[in-house]
Amino acid sequence: MTEKRIIEVREDFPILRQLVHGKPLTYLDNAATTQKPRTVIDALVKYYSEFNSNIHRGVHELSQRATGAYEDSREKMRLFVNARSETEIIFVRGATEAINLVAQSYGNSVLGAGDEVIISGMEHHANIVPWQLVCEARGARLRVIRLTERGELDLDHFESLLSPRTKLVSIVHASNAIGTVNPVKHVIARAHASGVPVLIDGAQAVAHFETDVRDLDCDFYVLSGHKLYGPTGIGVLYGKKELLERMPPYQGGGDMIRSVTFEKSVYNELPYKFEAGTPHIEGVIGLGAALDYLQGIGWPLIVEHERDLLQYALARLREVPGLRFIADPCERVGVLSFMLDDIHPHDIGTVLDQEGIAIRAGHHCAQPVLERFGVNATARASLALYNTRGEIDRLIDALLMVREVFT
Amino acid sequence: MDPLRELYQQVIVDHSKRPRNRGKLEYSNRKAEGVNTLCGDQVTVYLEVENDVVKDVRFEGGGCAISTASASMMTEAVKSKSLSEVETLFEEFHRLVTSTEPGAQELGKLAVFSGVREFPVRVKCATLVWHTLHEAIRNKGGGA
Repeated sequence: MTEKRIIEVREDFPILRQLVHGKPLTYLDNAATTQKPRTVIDALVKYYSEFNSNIHRGVHELSQRATGAYEDSREKMRLFVNARSETEIIFVRGATEAINLVAQSYGNSVLGAGDEVIISGMEHHANIVPWQLVCEARGARLRVIRLTERGELDLDHFESLLSPRTKLVSIVHASNAIGTVNPVKHVIARAHASGVPVLIDGAQAVAHFETDVRDLDCDFYVLSGHKLYGPTGIGVLYGKKELLERMPPYQGGGDMIRSVTFEKSVYNELPYKFEAGTPHIEGVIGLGAALDYLQGIGWPLIVEHERDLLQYALARLREVPGLRFIADPCERVGVLSFMLDDIHPHDIGTVLDQEGIAIRAGHHCAQPVLERFGVNATARASLALYNTRGEIDRLIDALLMVREVFT
Repeated sequence: MDPLRELYQQVIVDHSKRPRNRGKLEYSNRKAEGVNTLCGDQVTVYLEVENDVVKDVRFEGGGCAISTASASMMTEAVKSKSLSEVETLFEEFHRLVTSTEPGAQELGKLAVFSGVREFPVRVKCATLVWHTLHEAIRNKGGGA
């Protein structure tokens, strides 16, 4: 039943109907970016062919339609993450920019010499470097939660790091390198007990299970549209209103002000205070279409299918001689990071590519976590709602071929 | 031969598994480090140059089969060559992996890398050690 429905879902993604090096495309690089359904592509074309216009200032028809579509997407995103108010949804370029915004605006205003920011040992570079920058500028210190052998947060270590010096905790919801889903609700509760706000990097989580920022009670949540079946160049910062209101603007420019004189400018209200300049209008509209698409599919199907596929992939990969996973978390999304004998992941990637199979090979912009497990690169296959058991079988056959080439 | 077999010829697989001249060269008088920013692979080339001739050469690091084999075979190709011969070899090798134009000079064993040109994203893997060698030659006085 599910499998039949997934075959239909695949029809919604035009890019999947192609041959690569003469073989059917098997796209297993979804943690890098997901493919886009026809409805998202159509929404972009419709915007440019029917109502391309700047928003929030035109009195004319097209501008009103563009503004309406842009703000409709904000409301869709509010519902998607279950935020209290649409003023808490800020459109940015992606999760990276969202974290930089919080680091520069919030971090810069609260961090002083000797203060601390806590991240974890499994962060993407996007949740490491922005904090290093602001910590260096403010004389603050970055603390890192250790990981267990399985690739999970060492929660006792986290507790021991929390102190009166802690000003913010920023951790990933689901790891892009090893797939771990962190117990973020617990982390948030513990941090809040010490009066510390928490940012959750949801880039790798939001496409795989339902997000509820009010249930999590996180203070900030960031995501990227292109990992959520939407366009590149668009992402979201969710922030609690009372925090966002206290924060200074991140960038200055048009649309983020109420009035400007050479003596003083008065900033616009939320969320516009953080959206300087003409935004990525078609990106926002495309992202709204992606949310509509996901709503049409429904979480039960996505969650059930991906869980089934992940179990199948894990079992089949374990059959491949010489294959080892670099972490083994209990709670995980479909991110499978592995080594095969002593074959370099790039060589694995090249052989698989000749079979039409797209995976990622390298450090996945998360060098510290790979170093933790004693490797500097892995091969990574990552799943999305349109992948099938047949594709996993093709991956297994190709991995056996890789071993043949290198023996 | 299919492109994959062309790329991973037996001699390349062999050099990647049993690289020659790998390790630090204690008496080097020139060295350089190279990094492939795409994948993070690092390689260090050590040279002992006397009277403008490569008396000895070794490398440390490497990564994928292509880069390790390329480093291993580079060391065999340049030993006992004059610096100007080495520079010519570098140019010829670069031509081999990036274009189909016939080179001016026979590359001998290095010709097995011709399959790399069918894989543009892997060219850097093959040339990293050569660029690093080129850099080492210019680093006079940069001993180990």
